[in-house]
Amino acid sequence: MDKQLSHILEILEGDARAAPKDIASLTGMSVEDVSKKIEQLEKSGIIRKYKTIIDWDLVGESYVYAVIELKVILERKYGYEKIAERLYKFPEVRSVRLLSGGYDIALTVRGKSMKEVAFFVAEKIATLEQVQSTTTHFVLKTYKEDGVILHEPEHIKRLPVSP
Amino acid sequence: MRTPFDPSVFVADRLQNVPPSGIRRFFDLVSEIDDVISLGVGEPDFITPWHIRETCIHSIEHGETAYTSNYGLLELREEISWMYDRKHKVEYDPASEVLVTTGVSEALDIAIRAIVNPGDEVIVSQPSYVAYVPSVIFSGGIPVPLSTTVENKFKITPDELEDVITDKTKAIVFNYPNNPTGATMDRSDLEAIADIVVEHDLMVISDEVYECLTYNGDHTCFASLDGMRERTILLNGFSKAYAMTGFRLGYALGAPEIISSMMLIHQYTMLCAPVTAQIGAIEALRNGEAEMQKMVREYDRRRHLIVGGLNKIGLECFEPKGAFYAFPSIESTGLTSDEFSQRLLNEQKVAAVPGDAFGKSGEGFLRCAYAASQDDIRTALDRIGEFVDGLK
Repeated sequence: MDKQLSHILEILEGDARAAPKDIASLTGMSVEDVSKKIEQLEKSGIIRKYKTIIDWDLVGESYVYAVIELKVILERKYGYEKIAERLYKFPEVRSVRLLSGGYDIALTVRGKSMKEVAFFVAEKIATLEQVQSTTTHFVLKTYKEDGVILHEPEHIKRLPVSP
Repeated sequence: MRTPFDPSVFVADRLQNVPPSGIRRFFDLVSEIDDVISLGVGEPDFITPWHIRETCIHSIEHGETAYTSNYGLLELREEISWMYDRKHKVEYDPASEVLVTTGVSEALDIAIRAIVNPGDEVIVSQPSYVAYVPSVIFSGGIPVPLSTTVENKFKITPDELEDVITDKTKAIVFNYPNNPTGATMDRSDLEAIADIVVEHDLMVISDEVYECLTYNGDHTCFASLDGMRERTILLNGFSKAYAMTGFRLGYALGAPEIISSMMLIHQYTMLCAPVTAQIGAIEALRNGEAEMQKMVREYDRRRHLIVGGLNKIGLECFEPKGAFYAFPSIESTGLTSDEFSQRLLNEQKVAAVPGDAFGKSGEGFLRCAYAASQDDIRTALDRIGEFVDGLK
């Protein structure tokens, strides 16, 4: 990966709102070159989406998250694709991952209450014909999300001037 | 009647010749003011990467708290030796040519003490780190400043070096990438210096602690030049590359005769470098490359930000290619470095060290460390801009 490309991606990963002008001043590239490069990155799908991390608890909209482990029966011809597609179309489902190991698929599900999540899993997920079994783990606290530590960031104490 | 006791008459004469640190004085000024944005800090603003800290914690939990070999842990010396072989194709015997020290500061002190007799002249390139001149004085040597200029991109030129060499010259001390200018020297620049070193039969103390913070092209290790391995005391450490300043860990590489002489002083004054820091350093060399490169990329972005910003303000700024300092000229303002720094501090609450703290040739410049967050750099630039506009 070339140096400028990795600069652009790292800057946007840290701050999705960084404007081409800001990126130009941090890389020594021209604003036009930065804009062009970002457009290419968006077109080629390297940049998927610009996302905001929101602490919904602070807004008062407290959500309940659960990690659901699924064991599934494979379909001839389609493998895991069909079931994955069925699962990711539910808006309640925030992430779908195919895993190696003791079970097959892990979902993150978001709901307004534990009851809502539990009923969603019981009615919509467990009843799918490919789904053999489900195990629901409710999330009690998130310490780190997408590389961001959510509580008590570390501070460095330095002398105000040093040689 | 007896005269009252005066402790100051007991202070050794040698210390009378040591100039007070310009940075120390500035530090006292800054400490009196609240909410200062500081570009005056010569150390990373990153915390030591967690994997290094975690390794240190683990070692303490398991009771690794004893003295090490005077030379430092063999495992660490081997890692250092492998790295030089890998990166610079210079071979050092971990048993006799590597000495682990308490920061590069100690390595510098004992390197000079190991080779300098009273009356020997030691050439010190300037502007440069504040400890070189005092270290020479502490060992009874005579420091001879060698001024570098912005016209020559703060590199040492062969002619200017020849000019300050006398038959008393024993050694030359330099530091590239350079604090405070950010200057680097390419292989061909250094080769010209190496020729003169051989011609006049000198030793070189090359402080390469900013080696990893090189933004354009690769760093050239002075000892990797033809014939320079034996003539060079190479100093390096972990503070800048791995954000480990408080761990106090550096090392010296050189000929066995020199390293064993340095060891003589080291064993009686320091005994060994702190063991926890040495364990952290092993982890840094084995697994620290990715985190280090990430910090280097961030410094590189800030470098563009601050150099572009200073030039826009009208403070002409030489393009630094290493370390984490920008060194703009403030001559256009008509102020001295000292006046500029003090007024900037008092009027706009931005701290940046006056260039003359790093030697006379630093007059007319300001050292702005960009080991500060992008937000702080932007705010500082705004304030410096306002200050400079106000002078017009």
